Amino acid sequence: MIVWIILFPLIGAVINGLLFASGLWKKKLNGDEHAEHSISGLIASGAVLLSAILSTYYFVQLLSLEPSQRQIIQELFVWIPSGEFTVSFELMFDTLSSVMSLVITWIGFLIHIYSLGYMHHDKGFAKYFTYLNIFVFFMLILVLGNNFPLMFVGWEGVGLASFLLIGFWYQDTEKAYAGRKAFVVNRIGDFGFILGIFLIFFIFGSVNYQEVFGKALDPGFMGTVSGVTITAIGLLLFVGAVGKSAQFPLYVWLPDAMAGPTPVSALIHAATMVTAGAYMMARCNVFYSQSPTVQMIVVSIAAFTAILAASIALTQNDIKKVLAYSTVSQLGYMFMAIGAGAYVAGLFHLVTHAFFKALLFLGSGSVIHAMSDEQDIRKMGGLRKKIPITAITFLIGTLAIAGVPFLSGFFSKDEILASLYHRGYTIHWIIALITVVLTALYMLRLYLLTFEGKSRVSDTIKRHIHESPYSMTIPLMVLAVLSILGGYIGIPDFMGKVVGLSDTNLFEHYLAPAILLDSAKDAGHHLFGHWDLAAISVGGAALGIIIAFYLYYIKPSAADKLAKDIEPVYEGSLNKWYVDELYDYIFVQPFSYLCNAAASFDQKVIDGAVNGVASVIKDTALTLQTAQTGVIRSYATLMAIGAAVILTIIVLW
Amino acid sequence: METVVFYVFAALALAGALMVISFKNPVSSALSLVLTLFATAVLFVLLLAHFVAVIQILVYAGAIMILFLFTVMFLNLKEGALEFESKHLGFKVSALLVILLFVGYFGSLGFKKGIALISNSSKNLEGFGTVQGVGTSLFTDYLLPFELTSILIIVAIIGVVAIAKKRAS
Amino acid sequence: MSIGIEHYLILSAILFVVGAYGVIVRKNLIIVLMCLELMLNSANLAFVAFSNALGDMTGHVFMIMSITVAAAEVAVGLALLVSIYSHRESLDIDILKLLKG
Repeated sequence: MIVWIILFPLIGAVINGLLFASGLWKKKLNGDEHAEHSISGLIASGAVLLSAILSTYYFVQLLSLEPSQRQIIQELFVWIPSGEFTVSFELMFDTLSSVMSLVITWIGFLIHIYSLGYMHHDKGFAKYFTYLNIFVFFMLILVLGNNFPLMFVGWEGVGLASFLLIGFWYQDTEKAYAGRKAFVVNRIGDFGFILGIFLIFFIFGSVNYQEVFGKALDPGFMGTVSGVTITAIGLLLFVGAVGKSAQFPLYVWLPDAMAGPTPVSALIHAATMVTAGAYMMARCNVFYSQSPTVQMIVVSIAAFTAILAASIALTQNDIKKVLAYSTVSQLGYMFMAIGAGAYVAGLFHLVTHAFFKALLFLGSGSVIHAMSDEQDIRKMGGLRKKIPITAITFLIGTLAIAGVPFLSGFFSKDEILASLYHRGYTIHWIIALITVVLTALYMLRLYLLTFEGKSRVSDTIKRHIHESPYSMTIPLMVLAVLSILGGYIGIPDFMGKVVGLSDTNLFEHYLAPAILLDSAKDAGHHLFGHWDLAAISVGGAALGIIIAFYLYYIKPSAADKLAKDIEPVYEGSLNKWYVDELYDYIFVQPFSYLCNAAASFDQKVIDGAVNGVASVIKDTALTLQTAQTGVIRSYATLMAIGAAVILTIIVLW
Repeated sequence: METVVFYVFAALALAGALMVISFKNPVSSALSLVLTLFATAVLFVLLLAHFVAVIQILVYAGAIMILFLFTVMFLNLKEGALEFESKHLGFKVSALLVILLFVGYFGSLGFKKGIALISNSSKNLEGFGTVQGVGTSLFTDYLLPFELTSILIIVAIIGVVAIAKKRAS
Repeated sequence: MSIGIEHYLILSAILFVVGAYGVIVRKNLIIVLMCLELMLNSANLAFVAFSNALGDMTGHVFMIMSITVAAAEVAVGLALLVSIYSHRESLDIDILKLLKG
């Protein structure tokens, strides 16, 4: 009965939406906002908690099965019975979807708890939780669906939820536009995705995972399919991932999406929705492993995205924007791994990234809450003593993302770098390494400018600085623990051997049944051994940390001087390399022009035609009206003439 | 003999009709109409329709025209009340055209079909045109229209009284 | 020459069109009504002529009906005329233009 995993959030959303968000129960509660908030928050969080518990239960069930049998499939009903194209509403709980489902539901639950505190004063409290539940519902459909159309339903649904939540405070038009931008850019990716699904159906005659992947693994069948086709399928699906997971060139919506409430940024734009692309590509590993061309393209685009986003994050002054670009960069990492064929490494980073990025976002939300909605880090500083819990958890998250040894980020990032090197993507490995340095740099910069050093806070805000309530700090602490310990499920073999353990990469073993095809595991160089690679990446992280310490803690003025020295580069980075402006010029303006032209065409030509017909009729009527003079004699005359005409006709015929 | 009578009284009828449409004074027009009706009555006699001829004189020329004259007198026309005849040619020309057309048709119709009249032929019909003949027809074959006509007259009377009544102002 | 039905018919036609001319051209309401009578009279003449030619009494009976109807119509028409005159103080037919447009 895995369908209940998705049903609980749906029920929560329906109850919250119908009763509270619509204002139906306002009278019943006599406008007692506190009671209303408590009940709707309880319903929403409870729904997600139930889903989480169910997911865990089924996860345990899977563990009790043989590795090759770890699959629970439940068919609910036939959704589209259309001859050859028959799609049923079928859910599959296998190792891959279990990992995703656990991440979504548990981190989702933590964020629901956090939101109870964060959104306490907001009027749209019930609406917010309705949207959150809708999001969880669709995301779960995405990961649990057993065929491509269902995944697409989830895909679109989370796009919708994202739009609703980004533009949650829609009274501010800028925020509403951010939501619209996210939806439109997503749509561009979705177009490629749906073309990919069409192509899959055309080639394989089915859209069900088991059938499609079964055929794709069969060498006899694949012999009849040309390499170009597989490349095309891979590319089209990747286009969808580019849109949904904010890779270049469709990443521009993610920084703008920070206009939404911070817990939304944490859940949707860090931990779950943006990882949907990675999940999809991992699910379709059969296609990608058979097309080296697509793999090279994916890794290249991902590497470029990673370093581009990191370069922008270096100079941003809004705490959430730094984290947004950091997310884009880390997504680049995930796609580099998946593109290179190291699906497990990419998914591992997905999981650890969910932990520490959610932590960082929630922490930033706590800071913003303490600073009375101030988000500029130039106006912060020295906050550690005032909000210690937030500061410590934030530091843990920062170190995790930088790749400091023995925290979760270290294990996942290392595995990605090692995979890139071992599979022959040496140049991309170098780019990823540079990005490691930059990541450590900008994250430490963020931490130091916010929490350490002299306080640059304005006096009015200083008086109100306070630590956040328990509903907000407890999730922070839980996530901090996960960020520290979460990496230990995936200790690589060469490290485990040091302490005498073998087969320590539990994560890889667990996911293996879902990764049906893996190729070119060892195509790369062997100059560096495992320990060498680990040392190099740690060294990179250390370099970044030291530079950050120097520029922002020891000698704060050095940063400004450096910025002035390389002013053009600095300005470019600060302005996101003018990508948004470029898009506006190339795409948005001409499209705007077209729309206006179409509108005026509609008004002048089409409306003109319709109105023209009406005027013609009116003029004809006015002309005919002159025959009605009201003078009896003219009527008599006309009658006589008419009679004469009729007589003529009769006589002459 | 018959021919002469016909032409004379036909001319009289025509003259009367022309005078009806020419005079400005309604009383003169009414009297001309009486002349026309009398001439037509004689023509009826020529057609062996004795009863109808008498009825024409009694009812038409007697009652209806008297009604006209009484109404004109009761109207109490003031000086200059009849000075409004139209000078426009439009109506006159179109009416003339219509006339020509109509006359042409009926004329051609008349000349095409030549049915002989009883008064000229040797046909001898019993009681044709006498009171007895009309009465028989009226009260046997055409009883229903006869009764309905009486209802019509009652309705007309009621209508007249209703319309011409002096309103309590 | 002997009088045939065509003579009577032509006469009837001429009387009819004279009456029609009068109805169209004259503006005095009373005279218009009289021209109407003229037209009815011409129709009666045609009826009787045909009745004679066909040897059927129907024409006579019809003519009597026609006279009756004419009488009723004249009565009502004159009543209306009196009413209009008392209202509008003029016998011009062209002032009755309320149905214009």
